[in-house]
Amino acid sequence: MTTLLYDGSFDGLFTAIFEVFEYRYQDVEICSKENFQQENMFAEIHEVITQQEKSERVLNKLEQNIGKSGIHQLLQVFLSEDQEMENLILSAVKQSIKHPEENILQNFADNDILKISKICKSVSRERHRMTAFVRFEKLQDDIYFAKIDPDFNVLPLIRKHFKDRYADQKWMIYDLRRHYGLLYDLENCEFFYPDEKLDLNQYQQKFHEEEKKYQTLWQSYFTKTNIKERKNTKLHIQHVPKRYWKYLTEKW
Amino acid sequence: MNFDRIKEKLEILADAAKYDVSCSSSGGKRKNNGGLGDSSASGICHTYTEDGRCVSLLKILLTNHCIYDCIYCISRKSNDIKRAAFTVEEVVDLTISFYRRNYIEGLFLSSGIFKDADTTMERLVRVAKKLRTEHNFNGYIHLKSIPGASDDLMNEAALYADRLSVNLEIPTESGLKLLAPDKNREDMLQPMRIVQKGIQQYKDEKKIIRSTPKFAPAGQSTQMIVGATNENDLQIIKVADHFYKNYGMKRVYYSGYIPVTVDNRLPSITSEVPVLRENRLYQSDWLMRFYGFKADEILDFNMPFLDLEVDPKLSWALRHLDQFPVNLQTADHKMILRIPGIGVKTAQKIVSARKFQVLNIDHLKKLGAAVNRAKFFIDFTYGNPFLKHLTDLNLRKLIIGGSQSKFQNQFSQQLTLF
Ligand code: SF4
Repeated sequence: MTTLLYDGSFDGLFTAIFEVFEYRYQDVEICSKENFQQENMFAEIHEVITQQEKSERVLNKLEQNIGKSGIHQLLQVFLSEDQEMENLILSAVKQSIKHPEENILQNFADNDILKISKICKSVSRERHRMTAFVRFEKLQDDIYFAKIDPDFNVLPLIRKHFKDRYADQKWMIYDLRRHYGLLYDLENCEFFYPDEKLDLNQYQQKFHEEEKKYQTLWQSYFTKTNIKERKNTKLHIQHVPKRYWKYLTEKW
Repeated sequence: MNFDRIKEKLEILADAAKYDVSCSSSGGKRKNNGGLGDSSASGICHTYTEDGRCVSLLKILLTNHCIYDCIYCISRKSNDIKRAAFTVEEVVDLTISFYRRNYIEGLFLSSGIFKDADTTMERLVRVAKKLRTEHNFNGYIHLKSIPGASDDLMNEAALYADRLSVNLEIPTESGLKLLAPDKNREDMLQPMRIVQKGIQQYKDEKKIIRSTPKFAPAGQSTQMIVGATNENDLQIIKVADHFYKNYGMKRVYYSGYIPVTVDNRLPSITSEVPVLRENRLYQSDWLMRFYGFKADEILDFNMPFLDLEVDPKLSWALRHLDQFPVNLQTADHKMILRIPGIGVKTAQKIVSARKFQVLNIDHLKKLGAAVNRAKFFIDFTYGNPFLKHLTDLNLRKLIIGGSQSKFQNQFSQQLTLF
């Protein structure tokens, strides 16, 4: 058994996959350095140095076989942070190289592919929920700020959505769990990685003077648009799982 | 701006608008050009009310003052309630401020009829126009057209709104006469015709002139109240079908009547909201829109009401056992869609996956089918022991017994009424 250790990046993973083919490894697993714990003393370790050319060669080849949308699915699997993520992607790549004429991602009867399809479904649901449940709060310097805590690392997947939608206001979305964010300053929309965790203590004091008022209006609206005669708590929680409540203005 | 007053108005006018069930914000085709928002994405539900309905739009009335007296309506003139009216600016400001905070996909604006149809419609159009032209707002706008509004105003409305709708309210004409004496069907149909004509014209011109301004790009929808009069489900489905076909409707909504008034022409104030019936109507609607069923396959004169015990697709299958079993490996997509327990997505997956290998019941489960229903109707290449029940007189019981309906509780509640 050979273990390939890579740096945790998307390009790193695809460099590793390139090297699986390059060195013709048969019995192999890929693991990020961060998650690596040596259990098998006799496993051989192969350290991967990320090389974009190698990664791109795999991705280009793949794109011919499974299309842009296929690549997007593999990206979703990558962002799922699932424990098996690297090896599922490796399995998909191997299958695709073996059957270049088919889109192997549609072979739902294969166990790895079915897992991939399930992960994609979960990730895209979380992505969709983030487009819905992000709540901006206007700060004194006219920035609209939102905190999120998604189950998967979906910030890269919602960048375009928010960039297209809020082109004429400054905004920032910050992932509390992964400690990085996305900032749009009316021109550029870039990720940022603060050295220290953002200090969100008393940040309500930084609210724009009108912020509280609009929050109150939204809460009144939310309460009044409910039809009491049709109360259905189970359905409500199914749609808005409780773990999101603390970030929702209407669930104060 | 006086926030306390706005808050009070918002409470009154959201409360009065909440019975309108249309909520969707899909089908918009506006790209953002550096302003605020876009409605090119398929709809997003930003939150859900405690009754489980989605909130994607700020749904309010411009005013609940009304000169009419429709008996089923809270805002009717004879009802003694608090009245309020927003100014155009107030609605615009609420929409923009909520949108900027990502609370909503846009605005759904309806209104009681004050003064006359045109005055009301003109005010609604002004809100939409201001949002589009002064604020460069590209979010979704759904305007409720006022029955009897003039053609010119309807045409103008369609330039700024993504969707327009006139509610049919009561499925039958006689029911409408009884419950909404000031309204007539023709006044409702005329604005629909104008919008339909405009959409067609837009499509034709668009082929020649690319810059033709958008005309109600998300189309029109309508809504019927179910259970306020004694219409049957066949009538309702037929009306819906008629509007899908002849008016190019995007959606027909069904709204189970919620008793709000004591009146001997209406169901009693203590009657239950017909939630299950409403759900079955939506299921039938989906069968017509996505599963290739025709209205008279779902119900006919011998059977004018939907089966409350089983969903309409299963009900159809049980009445057409001769069409089964369906061979999973070879049947065409159209027939796969008709198997109880198999949805649109699963049907698609089956058709892709079976190219790779012969499918068995485990695959079917993994692909997302409700196997406890589907298994009775499918012929697998490997054979299927459940097929022996297909000729069983008790098949219906067997299936119901083996599946848990999410409405079972409500259903037993209803049963005790008899
Ligand atoms: S016209 Fe509309 S608002 Fe007025 S009473 Fe009838 S349904 Fe209600």
